[in-house]
Amino acid sequence: MSAVTAPVADRALMTYVLRLADTALVLAQRLSAWIGHSPAIEEDLGCANIALDLLGQARLLYAYAGELEGAGRTEDDFAYLREECDFLNATMAELPNGDFGQTIVRQCLLDLWRLELFERLTQSTDVRLAQIAAKAVKEIRYHVRYSSGWLVRLGDGTDESHQRVAKALTTLWPYVTEWFAEDAMEQALTERGVAPSVAAVQVGFETRLAPILRDATLTRPVDVDYRWFGKRAQHSEHLGHLLADLQSLHRAHPGAQW
Amino acid sequence: MTSPQDWPLYEVFVRAKRGLDHKHVGSLHAADAAMAIEHARDLYTRRQEGVSLWVVKSSDIVASDPDDAQALFDPAEDKIYRHPTFYDIPKDVETL
Repeated sequence: MSAVTAPVADRALMTYVLRLADTALVLAQRLSAWIGHSPAIEEDLGCANIALDLLGQARLLYAYAGELEGAGRTEDDFAYLREECDFLNATMAELPNGDFGQTIVRQCLLDLWRLELFERLTQSTDVRLAQIAAKAVKEIRYHVRYSSGWLVRLGDGTDESHQRVAKALTTLWPYVTEWFAEDAMEQALTERGVAPSVAAVQVGFETRLAPILRDATLTRPVDVDYRWFGKRAQHSEHLGHLLADLQSLHRAHPGAQW
Repeated sequence: MTSPQDWPLYEVFVRAKRGLDHKHVGSLHAADAAMAIEHARDLYTRRQEGVSLWVVKSSDIVASDPDDAQALFDPAEDKIYRHPTFYDIPKDVETL
C-alpha cells in the first residue's frame, strides 16, 4: 500500500467516482428520513428500498474510489470522516425533502438523470465502473418506475396535488443545470471513453422526462443561468446539517460495528 | 385521488419460483392495481421471495361462510379412497 501522500495515479477518475458515490449516499440519507413519516406505510417501504439501493451503490463506488486512491481509505472513511467541503454530490440530492410531492419531484429528476448516466456507464472503457453501473441500472429502472408513477399521479391528481408538484418542479429545476454543465475533467474522461458525453446524457434525460411531464400535466420550466456546483464541493446550506446527522454516530463511536 | 386511509385493500400472491403456484402472503393498501403491484414488490419481495406477483382486490374475493364449514368440509373426512396414496411417486419429483 502506498503512503497517504503518494500521488493518485488517476485523480480524475477517482473524483468522478466520488461524485457518483456522494450523490447516491446523500440522496439515500434524505430518503431515509421518510421512514415512519410517509403518507402510507407502503410508501415507507418504497422509500426505504430505494434508499438501500442507493446506499449499496455508494458502497461499491466508495470502495472503488479507495482503491483508486491507494491510501487505504475505506467506505466508512469516505462516508463518515470527510467534511462538507470534501463532498462532491450533485446539489439537488442534498435539498430538503419538503412535502411528499417535492420528494417525488426531486427523486424523479435524479432517477431519470442517473438512469441515463448509468446506462451509458455500462459501456465505459473502465471495466470496474461498467460493472458497478450494470448492477445499479437494474435498481434505478425500478426507482424511475416508482418516482415517475407518483409524479404522474400527483401532477394529474387533485388541484392541490398538482399545485404542489408544479411548485416543487419550479423550485428544483435550477439544480438540474449543474448536471449538464460539463467541466474539463468530465470532458477529459469522456475523451478516454470512461464517462459518457454530458451532452448525450442531457438529450437522453430530456427525452425520458418529456412524456412523464406530459402525463403529469406539468410544464418543463425554463432553464436558469445560475448554476449550483455541488460536484465541485460548492454546496447549499443544507448539506452541513445532513452530514452532522449522518456522521454523528460514527464520530461519537469511531469504528463502531453492528 | 383518495387519501391512503381510503385506499382499498388488496390481497397479494407471490410465486416463489418458476413451476410453483402463487401463494397468498398477505395484504396491503393501494390506490389502484398498478400501485398495488409496486407496493407488493416493495413489501413482499424484499428478500427474493418471488419471481411473479398477483394482486386482487380483497372485496372481489368470494369466501365461504365459516358457519357452513361443517356442511362443506366434514363429509370428506371418511372418504379416504379419494386420496391418491396408492401410487409410487418417483424419487426425483419434488413438488408434487
